[in-house]
Amino acid sequence: MQISFTLNGRPTTVDVEPATLVAELLREQLNLTGTHIGCDTSQCGACVVHLDGLPVKSCTLLAPALDGATLLTIEGLQGAPGSNQMHPMQEAFREHHGLQCGFCTPGMLMTAIALATGKPDLTEADVRHGLEGNICRCTGYQNIVVSVLAGAAAMNAAKGE
Amino acid sequence: MGNVIGIGASPKRKEDQRFLTGRGNYVSDIKRPGMTAGVFVRSPHGHAVLRGIDKSAALASPGVIAVLTGEDVAADKLGSLPCGWGISDAKGVPMKEPPFPMLAQGKVRFVGDMVAFVIAETPGQANAAAELLTVDYEVLPSVVGVLEAVRPGAPQLFDDVPNNICCDWELGDKAAVETAFRKAAHVAKLSLVNNRLIGNPIEPRAAIAEYEPGTDRFTLWTTSQFPHVVRFLMGALVLNIPQHKLRVVAPDVGGGFGVKQFHYGEEAVITWAAKRVMRPIKWVASRSEGYVSDRHGRDHVTEAELALDEHGKFLAFRVNTLANMGGYLSTFGPNIPTNLYGPLLGGVYTTPAIYCNVKVVFTNTVPVDAYRGAGRPEATFVLERIVDVAASEMGIDRVEIRRRNMIPKEAYPYQTPVLVQYDSGDPMGCLDGALVAADVKNFGVRKAASASKGKFRGLGYSTYVEACGLAPSRFAGRLGARGGLYESATVRVHPTGQVTVMIGTHNHGQGHETTFAQIVSEKLGVSFENVDIVFGDTDRVQFGMGTYGSRSLVVGGAALSKATDKVIAKGKKIAAHLLEAAEVDIQFEAGNFSVAGTDRIKSFEEIAGAAYVPHNYPLEVLEPGLEEQAYYDPVNFTYPGGCHIAEVEVDPETGTVTLVNYTAVDDVGTVINPMIVEGQLHGGIVQGVGQALFENAVYDEGSGQLLSGSLMDYCMPRADHMPMMKVATHSTLCTHTPMGVKGCGEVGTIGSPAAVINAVVDALAHLGVTHVDMPATPNRIWRLLQNASLPVAAE
Repeated sequence: MQISFTLNGRPTTVDVEPATLVAELLREQLNLTGTHIGCDTSQCGACVVHLDGLPVKSCTLLAPALDGATLLTIEGLQGAPGSNQMHPMQEAFREHHGLQCGFCTPGMLMTAIALATGKPDLTEADVRHGLEGNICRCTGYQNIVVSVLAGAAAMNAAKGE
Repeated sequence: MGNVIGIGASPKRKEDQRFLTGRGNYVSDIKRPGMTAGVFVRSPHGHAVLRGIDKSAALASPGVIAVLTGEDVAADKLGSLPCGWGISDAKGVPMKEPPFPMLAQGKVRFVGDMVAFVIAETPGQANAAAELLTVDYEVLPSVVGVLEAVRPGAPQLFDDVPNNICCDWELGDKAAVETAFRKAAHVAKLSLVNNRLIGNPIEPRAAIAEYEPGTDRFTLWTTSQFPHVVRFLMGALVLNIPQHKLRVVAPDVGGGFGVKQFHYGEEAVITWAAKRVMRPIKWVASRSEGYVSDRHGRDHVTEAELALDEHGKFLAFRVNTLANMGGYLSTFGPNIPTNLYGPLLGGVYTTPAIYCNVKVVFTNTVPVDAYRGAGRPEATFVLERIVDVAASEMGIDRVEIRRRNMIPKEAYPYQTPVLVQYDSGDPMGCLDGALVAADVKNFGVRKAASASKGKFRGLGYSTYVEACGLAPSRFAGRLGARGGLYESATVRVHPTGQVTVMIGTHNHGQGHETTFAQIVSEKLGVSFENVDIVFGDTDRVQFGMGTYGSRSLVVGGAALSKATDKVIAKGKKIAAHLLEAAEVDIQFEAGNFSVAGTDRIKSFEEIAGAAYVPHNYPLEVLEPGLEEQAYYDPVNFTYPGGCHIAEVEVDPETGTVTLVNYTAVDDVGTVINPMIVEGQLHGGIVQGVGQALFENAVYDEGSGQLLSGSLMDYCMPRADHMPMMKVATHSTLCTHTPMGVKGCGEVGTIGSPAAVINAVVDALAHLGVTHVDMPATPNRIWRLLQNASLPVAAE
């Protein structure tokens, strides 16, 4: 079947098998391999993308659900429009060593951005709770939590200007 | 001289840009023209005779290209998956080493044992065909626990391995230990289980294989921590492919922790199959498939006894362990519970006599091999638990008993009674640092505050020492290693002075691209930005043993340091000629070659340029070019150590243990990049906390089914399980590595399980609890509380 949606700001139309998962569509058909698949039980969160602004696990969503929707993946993140800058959350992860092997990172970033959007008063407890659906085996989460708090502050400061 | 970022600095990581923007290049991201999909059919039974496989329906299924089984492997006369270590018992009798066919032949021995490989045009078609494969199993009883496996009448995995015992290994002076026990004022005894773990790197294993008939070359992309070792083991010992016709690439790898440091049957099958079907094949494991095929870790049952004199001084330590090997011997399998366990039972203490017996046992479970720490967390857990038991029984403070037995800083180098000689360390300094950092003196206040909320608070200590920087080849060879454990590095200086390093270690999260660049930047005085690190490709990197056992910086970094020294030495020769001076008068400092005592100077870039544009160059005495290679084989292990302090709160209503504070002071030698070292400590600690509180791989006795077969059933540490940890280093320098480094990859996982469990026991000590097996889950704690002799309420 044919579906049309907005992918990282661009109108996109693709033919998909109805049983295709969004994560598979992105990785196999659209060559957007930044969205990762780390499990088969919707536990790890490596595949998180934003569907109409909300974080979802793309391994648990069928492609037809995208029809008419807006999808944002790790490849669509950016800083100031038209610049080469990274998103403030990406910058925060680099600054605070919030990643090691990098495999959980795209999902962590997408979850973190959703968590921080419009939340200037995010606390450590909020972040730890909010990352419950994302597993990282490398970092012990400490620097991820530090990164998300810093990224959230940067995002909300930028908004406030 | 540009932007030198050297040893001790914390630049942001070079590798981060690609990972943060979704541009990493993991095996599952790679596509090859004409690529097909492979699916493994795995045994659903723990133990069964394989009576026959009917391929016909699977072969007739849409899109199917081939179905391969153990019969095809046998017909092609392929080798067994090799074990890299051959240990022996006390009489020198070698371990039992049954063959490990890459696809099962005759029998299956664990749930997940591979019986067939189905290749089709798409993953969907391969999966559909795999469902149609008819495998005729005669199911046998399974045995999964080590105690059960060695009992008379237990199911036997192999006809020629009586009682399922692979090797009855021992270490130490048994007679001296017995004598010491007879003189002891007190003997502490402890029975414990070291729980079975599943490594769970977030990237599942994957492989792509391709055969090019035009050049008769194979390429295997694989999620490996050691591509050159895979090339050697698979090419030379399994598939009989000449080394120059086989390229193994391990690109970005999403975490390893040991799970990816073995040569797996999947790698051999897919490479062999790629030539049979003349198409590239891709296989990507699902997480569930990983649970029944990634090598597991730990799984010990242990009886330990510590003999003490009346002052609490350790006289002797005796340890008897049954270690689970699973259904076959994996690459390092038998080495882990023996050579990486027994020699660490001395810990940071002066115990004069130690004896250790380890029965290495086959069971109907996934093969067990190295998982972060590998043997050393198990040794530390036994020792640090029994020290607490002894302290409690003798009424000696837990810190005090440790102090009385610690090796003083001045006593290094220290020869233990169990082979290893520690070169340097300061356990007392680590302990003192940790006591302050953990604010132990105010623990009583915090305990009272917890009690006022109805919670039990406990404090737990663990000191540890580990042997890493694997490994001195000569020493390892005596212990049964069948290969060398050196490392290699090539430093290629380009004509314009930039540097590319080819190194045999593998970066899968450890930040090598940054740390190694810092070493080169510091030593050669070149800009940090002008150094790139290449790894993970046997066609680009000369050779290497890969990354495991906290060896990359210790052994690989030393090779790199040596190679840069050679570059400097050659640069001095070139400079001597260009500056018309004697070579002995040339000094190299801050990226410049100069004649001592003069202002005659040549920059590193000028020397590099001269090496490649040799118009005015001493060709008669020196070759053009500036590229040097070094191999480094360490003379000893390195011995990081430290002290960890955990603080927990137990809710008696639910049995939930909450880790509320965690402090680690570790001696990892010279720290090249403090930011990266802290990250390694954080990650390591949480893996150890996972073992202590959450993680447990559970098999069903009899059926051999893995009950904890997914992330739904196997509890991984998550962000909200952890408090902010305090980590610090208290370094003494390694005396035999070029930069004084000791390694930091595993220390967190080694120190933490005992610290956490000691804290849990401390919290419950007033109820008469003396030991808690891992993981200390709410269920387990709640049951303990129900059985405790005292009322539960914490008034």
